[in-house]
Amino acid sequence: MKLSVFLFVLLLSISISAQDEPSDTDPAIIVPDSELVVVAPVTSLIAEDHKYDKGDHIDLSWVPSIDDQLLDGTVIGYKLYRSANGGEPVLVEEFPPGTNAFTDDGVYSDSTYSYFIAALSENYAAESNRTAPIAPEVEWLNLHRGWLFLIALIVGGSVLLFINAAKRGTKLFVRKIAGLEAVDDAVGRATEMGRPILFIPGIRDMDDVQTLAGLTILGRVARVIADYDTRIFMPTSRSLVMTAGRETVKAAYTAAGRPDKYNDDMVTYYTDEQFGYVAAVDGVMVREKPATVFLLGAFFAESLILAETGNSIGAIQIAGTARPAQLPFFIAACDFTLIGEELFAASAYLSGEPMQLGSLKGQDVGKAIAMLAILVGVFSATVGLAWDIEFFNDIVEYLSDVFSAR
Amino acid sequence: MEVLFEHFRLWLAAFLTLGIFSFLYKDNPWYKLSEAIFVGISAGYWFVVLFWDNFYGKFWVGAGDYTFGWIGAKLSGGEVPSSSGIDLMLWVGAILGFLMLLRLIPKIGWLSRWPLAFIVGATAGLWLINYVASNVMVQVQATMVPLFSSTFGSGFDSSLGAIIGTIVIFVGTFSGLVYFFFSKAHTGAFGTTAKIGILFLMITFGASFGYTVMSRMSLLIGRIDYLLGDWLGMIK
Repeated sequence: MKLSVFLFVLLLSISISAQDEPSDTDPAIIVPDSELVVVAPVTSLIAEDHKYDKGDHIDLSWVPSIDDQLLDGTVIGYKLYRSANGGEPVLVEEFPPGTNAFTDDGVYSDSTYSYFIAALSENYAAESNRTAPIAPEVEWLNLHRGWLFLIALIVGGSVLLFINAAKRGTKLFVRKIAGLEAVDDAVGRATEMGRPILFIPGIRDMDDVQTLAGLTILGRVARVIADYDTRIFMPTSRSLVMTAGRETVKAAYTAAGRPDKYNDDMVTYYTDEQFGYVAAVDGVMVREKPATVFLLGAFFAESLILAETGNSIGAIQIAGTARPAQLPFFIAACDFTLIGEELFAASAYLSGEPMQLGSLKGQDVGKAIAMLAILVGVFSATVGLAWDIEFFNDIVEYLSDVFSAR
Repeated sequence: MEVLFEHFRLWLAAFLTLGIFSFLYKDNPWYKLSEAIFVGISAGYWFVVLFWDNFYGKFWVGAGDYTFGWIGAKLSGGEVPSSSGIDLMLWVGAILGFLMLLRLIPKIGWLSRWPLAFIVGATAGLWLINYVASNVMVQVQATMVPLFSSTFGSGFDSSLGAIIGTIVIFVGTFSGLVYFFFSKAHTGAFGTTAKIGILFLMITFGASFGYTVMSRMSLLIGRIDYLLGDWLGMIK
């Protein structure tokens, strides 16, 4: 009998001690001890819908516990709890002392949520009041990007205006781009030497604007090649690029009045694997010995391998990419290099078509706006800050707001 | 058996590595063999990866299996499958992908241009906003800095190093923009500014060249480490 009573008391004490242990869903730790370090809870906890999102964020802000101080503070951290649709609260995040805001990105627009925060000392947790239930809302327009929209509208409108002007016969000036002046000569050289032209469109897919720019230039290059009746070979590392390349070359041959000269083998696919593709293209270079190599598109670590191999076979090389890390290699190993934006301007320059020239001119309007903003901004910031002149400080603040891309 | 296979793997990898390196001497049958193996295996590998990741992992699991199950249930009067986790928008991608295959039928091959047009148009539209926001707006905002001051009303209190730094940022960005302005010939003061711009670009490229060459050296060291360490055991 005594033994059974002893076992009952023992089990009861184990059960009670287990209940006393803190858990993530039971933040209120109450230790019946005179050594308790009691702290005040956080106050003014506010949960608000995050503006201009797709209903998957809630912004929280609060005033930290008054015991959360820089020196001798007794708060060691906070725990944020979230209750969805009136259910059990679950731990969302833990914060260090001094934290007073958080954005919860683990929510959905079809549920309601309420929150509370536990301010923690080494042996005590003080809960805040719970927020009112809130459901994150879906917004279709991001009004933070109003200025971006306006600038895009100005640039887009300029593009349309210039296209119309070009169509009406207004001559639009575009400065010389050195690498492109050499395209006709490079194709002519290949014709005279009886060797093919190799066109490499980079290793990215059609969702990269550099690939698109490369293919646009391909259209013009293929047209010259068709006129000269030279051979072109274009190895690709993406099936979609191969398809688009075939369409482009075929259209160029048709436009040149030589559709019979085109065949699908001019544009082929090797592999998506970066260095497998490079090994294959290098092999093509040394075996076919093209007179001219175009490297136009998005390139990565393979840029120097390709450019050096092209250089070793004595080909004229015209390269272009918008990847800053690869441009040095092209500049070192190629005869002409289109740097960044020049790659995108090249197609307009080569074709002289109103549509493309108008686009280029419209982009220049955007650059003019940027240059003006930089000049005004730097001048205002320099003068305004040096002598604390409110007018200039306001200009800087205004421009910063306009060009902030949230 | 496992040890034998491990030795075979080591020797095969070394054989192919040296085969690729042999290209440094000149094109030869060993390189051609290594190249063909590399290209063939990687093309097959990527086909399998793309099939299982995209066609099966995304489309079939996300929409295809459910759709055909739903049609089957409606026809046979059976139980309709659960639509939990199903995204019927995936059918848009599947239909566009199917249109690409119509190239194989010359009479209706022109339909394959539609998915291409969709991809090109969507890419240009999406990137326009990304480029303008990250490459233009942020850059302009970050360049609007005071040249000589660090705090309000402090006059010209910045250190010489900080002043040089901000001037380099301002002059480099502005002259770089001038270089990429295509509507005006590079003559006179405009041309001089553009020349300063290209000078900044070349200095940047020089620094980038050295940095990238060093990272490529680490790739070479990795291969040599494999040959001398894993394969020959000369490096412990």
